[in-house]
Amino acid sequence: MTIAFKPLETFRDDFSFSNSDEAILRFPFPFPEDRYRYTVNTEPHVRAGPSPAYHQVFDIDEHYIAEHRERALVLERDPGRCQVLPHMMAAQWDTLELIMEALALDYPALFTLDREGEAWRWINRPLNIDQAFVFGRPETLPCPPFEYITRQAQGDFTLQDQREGTLFMDGGMVTTQADWSLAFDLGMTFHEWHGPVPLAHELGVFDRALQYLLRLQLGHPVRRLNWTMTVHPRLDTSPELYPVWGPDRASMNAGNVGRTLNLRVELQTLFRLPRSNAILFGIRAYLISLEELSRVTKWRKRLHRVLRDLDPVLVEYKGLARYRSLAVDWLAPGDDGAPLSRGVGPDQDRV
Amino acid sequence: MIHGDPIIARIRESRPLSPTLKRLVLEPADGAPLPPAAPGAHVTLRLKSAGRAWNNAYSLVSEPGRRDRYEIIVRRVHASRGGSAHIHDTLAPGDLIDLSAPINLFPPAASARRHLLIGGGVGVTPLMSFPPLLRALRAPFELHQVCSAAERGVFEALLSPHGPDVHIHVGRGAIDLPGILERQPLGTHVFVCGPEALMEAVTGAAAAAGWPASSVHQESFAAASGAPFTAVLARSGRRIAVAGNQSLLEALEAAGVDAPSLCRGGACGECMIGVLDGAPDHRDHYLSGPERAGGALIMTCVSRARTPALVLDL
Repeated sequence: MTIAFKPLETFRDDFSFSNSDEAILRFPFPFPEDRYRYTVNTEPHVRAGPSPAYHQVFDIDEHYIAEHRERALVLERDPGRCQVLPHMMAAQWDTLELIMEALALDYPALFTLDREGEAWRWINRPLNIDQAFVFGRPETLPCPPFEYITRQAQGDFTLQDQREGTLFMDGGMVTTQADWSLAFDLGMTFHEWHGPVPLAHELGVFDRALQYLLRLQLGHPVRRLNWTMTVHPRLDTSPELYPVWGPDRASMNAGNVGRTLNLRVELQTLFRLPRSNAILFGIRAYLISLEELSRVTKWRKRLHRVLRDLDPVLVEYKGLARYRSLAVDWLAPGDDGAPLSRGVGPDQDRV
Repeated sequence: MIHGDPIIARIRESRPLSPTLKRLVLEPADGAPLPPAAPGAHVTLRLKSAGRAWNNAYSLVSEPGRRDRYEIIVRRVHASRGGSAHIHDTLAPGDLIDLSAPINLFPPAASARRHLLIGGGVGVTPLMSFPPLLRALRAPFELHQVCSAAERGVFEALLSPHGPDVHIHVGRGAIDLPGILERQPLGTHVFVCGPEALMEAVTGAAAAAGWPASSVHQESFAAASGAPFTAVLARSGRRIAVAGNQSLLEALEAAGVDAPSLCRGGACGECMIGVLDGAPDHRDHYLSGPERAGGALIMTCVSRARTPALVLDL
């Protein structure tokens, strides 16, 4: 597998990010039906699924190098985007091991992990890294192990400690988030950090999801999708930077909405970690503009229907209120109302 | 990582510790590193012999984090459901067996200021992997083992390498549980695994001494034997006989019913099934008092029936 990286694209300032035809077709489209509703839509994270994005433990795509640079820029300004509480050191090493093993296995041409007992050597060719270190000895790495490996991964990660019958968010690397803050949520329980989500508490979704996660087993990770919309391909829509990105929402009009509004899908993965018994939560964001997405006929029609009929409470929660009607009006001419196949597949081989 | 399931292991050593205890050393059949395991983890052995099958859970007693071998200790159960006898009598070095990846429902408490570990008989096995980690972290602990006079030597040999904070008590009368619990500093977590009576004595003494429930941890792999009964599956009308030396879960599995399960010890709640008629004999640690009294739910891995038949929502 060769990936044509696009190292110069940006997620800020001139927003030069874009998706190749191949990236459009492998986009993890989240709507299997014309109507969106909350469900505990969690399934085993196995090497199968309607998009190649699901087929690796951690998906690496053409945006890898550019996302690495974007993360470094965010951390330079705000080092607090990566924090791990002191009792989570075993979970830090668990995370490093999991990500290194998975990348080396899934992308042998890009990553190599050599191990001689505790003496490890990690080679990351896309980022020109060749690092020898001693597993379990933080001083042999240039930064703590969780930060070290998540700087080299796509998407955000949080660490959940399991105790007292619940999960505590006791660490994370969060630089590509949809308007939530690690600094605010750090140390919270599962129900506390989900507090702001509407509707789902009353449906018992979080009680059931927590019971499921407490029994998550080593070697049997699970995944789910979440979605929202973002103005411009901006990865860092954090509360800390609201003054920077908040005003973008008022900048859209019928002429630019197709270009500037992006569907943002999070491929969320959950892994039980072996030494710490903690859970690693990966939140991998994929962005696609309405114009790019519209090149897939089924997705264009389905997104139109989902946005048109979305529950007003969710419109408000996801922050879509200011521009939803612009998006619906832009998509409407491309939807003839014909029935669509169930499922999320694109139903076409090229765009 | 997404592991192949099951893991195939080869028996490297099978060494008797006593007339009823055997230590098995398992290594990966393909030589690839095993998943690392934390203290408190167990694996489920999937055993097969002459048309019979058993799923038995055993705690890992190997050094935590080792990836070249797993070690377990197996007691031959007197009224054996067959799995432990099969391990003792039939399995030999070189044989291959299927294992689950490690499952951990009994991990150390990262926030504990002190660990108080109490084992009863072979129930001490999930606690045996705690001291190496706690010593490496310089975390204070003490371990108390209650055993019979005949097995004193066995447990002394197994546990004394863990240092001066290990105490062996011969018989339940020899251990002052209320005294031990009362003199622990605030922030101590107690971990107990052993016979039902010992676990009840510890949890009762902890409650009496004012310990918060969240600081009390217990795990049991008690055999789920008792009087035979019949399980009736409401949706299909099938009637499945549950023998006296077989758990309800095992009877369902043997009948080809796809029943959920995870810990197989009444702790995790995964195997919970609705009861439509009949009275369950609850032996789990998962259901609340009101849920037990309600009688509408059962943990199939350990609980049985007080009535000749149980009608299950299956």
